[in-house]
Amino acid sequence: MIGNFPYIAVAILIGLGVYTLIFKKNLIKIAIGITLIESGANLFLITLGYRKGSVAPIYTQAPEGMNMVLPTPQALTLTSIVIGVATTALILSIAMIIYKKYGTINTDEVRRLKE
Amino acid sequence: MSNILTHSPALVMALPLLAAFLTPVVGRFNRKILGWFISVILGLTLGITILMAIQILTNGSIIYVFGGSDAGLTLPSGYTVPIRIIFHIDGMGIFMGLITAVVSFLAAIYSLSFMQKESGLEKYYALLLLLATGMFGMEFTGDIFNFFVFLEIASISSVALIAFRSTFAGEPAEAGFKYMVVSSISALMVLFAVGLFYGQYDVLNMATIASVMQFTQLDKIALILLVTVLSMKAGSVPMHMWTPDAYSEAPAAITMVLVAASQASLYALFRVCFSLYNISLNTVTIGWIIIILGVLSMFIGVTMAIIQKDIKRLMAYHAISQTGYMLLGVGVGLAVLSNPVSLNSFGIKAMEGSIFHIMNHAMYKGLLFLTAGALFYRTGTRDLNKMGGLANNMIYTTIFFIIGAAAIAGIPPFNGFASKLIIYESVFKFNPLLSIIAMLVSILTLASFVKVFHSAFLGPKLEQYKKVQEVPKSMLFAMATLACIIVIFGLFPDVIVKNLVHPAVMALINQTNYTATILGGI
Repeated sequence: MIGNFPYIAVAILIGLGVYTLIFKKNLIKIAIGITLIESGANLFLITLGYRKGSVAPIYTQAPEGMNMVLPTPQALTLTSIVIGVATTALILSIAMIIYKKYGTINTDEVRRLKE
Repeated sequence: MSNILTHSPALVMALPLLAAFLTPVVGRFNRKILGWFISVILGLTLGITILMAIQILTNGSIIYVFGGSDAGLTLPSGYTVPIRIIFHIDGMGIFMGLITAVVSFLAAIYSLSFMQKESGLEKYYALLLLLATGMFGMEFTGDIFNFFVFLEIASISSVALIAFRSTFAGEPAEAGFKYMVVSSISALMVLFAVGLFYGQYDVLNMATIASVMQFTQLDKIALILLVTVLSMKAGSVPMHMWTPDAYSEAPAAITMVLVAASQASLYALFRVCFSLYNISLNTVTIGWIIIILGVLSMFIGVTMAIIQKDIKRLMAYHAISQTGYMLLGVGVGLAVLSNPVSLNSFGIKAMEGSIFHIMNHAMYKGLLFLTAGALFYRTGTRDLNKMGGLANNMIYTTIFFIIGAAAIAGIPPFNGFASKLIIYESVFKFNPLLSIIAMLVSILTLASFVKVFHSAFLGPKLEQYKKVQEVPKSMLFAMATLACIIVIFGLFPDVIVKNLVHPAVMALINQTNYTATILGGI
């Protein structure tokens, strides 16, 4: 049971993110929602890296006779965090431009494109 | 020469990627040659892609293992699964790669004059190159996590390009924000699906996952996630809200590339359904889901298009509607995949029509967006009600518009007719109603383009457009190239279908071949 806690946390994080995206009308909060989903996905990946009875893949410090886990999920998570930084930066800078041009970041008022 | 061929998959990626980071430096020294520099780079990329296409169509798929001692060695001694990043380019991948290469090259040429007056050009070109890299990566990679990375590269650069004009007005930023939200959610859901695959099978290579696919409950969740988000990125109907905004606010040359970028997502959708799952999924259900998405896109897209007044917005809704044709044909192919008799009698034909339509769509929709850009370049407006009588001053643009409009409406002898006819014939054998809807949509498409033609080009010369001239040569060159491709494809569809489209369809259908290329003969 306790081993499933990370997965429950993943579900909660992604659920909160989706909730924020759907129900919040503030552009900054939408950005936060995306970040929450991203954290959920990252936590999910890193949880997959755990294997019972193995140690972290630090080559110089691994004890004799123990198996090391394959560091692929860690590598994936790092990549995804880096990409996430770019995404967040871009989305916040676009929100900034929108604020400059429209004077608001409420999604109800930012809709000049609606036909 | 043989070295170039061996390393061509890496070269196609490396050229635009490295040039993208070189662009600001070149721009600092000499702003004049910047556009030519980009055009040469993308022209070289196009050349290598064509070389690769010849290689693949004569000798079969190319594999490229990054970081290995030998580019073709997928399983170094001692490993039973591939651990390195592998580029796996088969008939379908190179088919999409050709579209990407042609479209991005012509976008660079078109931008030479179209973007001349804008500031921040080095950023524009760097982003264009990155977008091309991302699209090539999505189409060539054989590794599902790598696919996620390229998807993000393509979406981040396309968002920045959509919002490129936001120094003047807020609308591009608004469209960019919308697209950013859509594409980051899609990418994160793809990442989640990657996690689901890795957790079960401990591999990331698509061919290897396909070979051990169990179709468990988790695989079904992954399938649902992937189908939903990839069709969202491709702009099919229930999730199409970003398409008109993004297409209409981006600069015209970028819109053309964006069409190809959403087709790269469409390609990924087909890749997931056919190469990753193939008959292990319930082909009839998923096939019908894709067919219904397609029919909805076709119909709602075209009905929304008729009422638009903004020329690029109208064309964007048509892009949604044309995506429906591609989904329809491939959906029919997927629905009969587990039934060899119907697959051979009309399934393969339907898929050929759809896949051919992908390329045709990229060409004529690109041409139409470029003519819309030409009108915007000379008149400064996208509102159809403010245009009129432009045929008097812009003869070539008018001719190109007629060619593009005839192709999208499916009038012979242009390429749209060739692919639509294949779709009608084959889908009719599957379900006559679907075929009739497709024809009806085609007629509505014609109606709405007649409206555009009438309000923009026909009529007497307007006072405010007396001094309007034909657009500069580089823009004409880009449009003329696309128009030539459209006419040639329309005149000789059999040659194209036999040599280019049929291998692509077979690469999708034949999953054993796909896995065997990576894992050795099974």
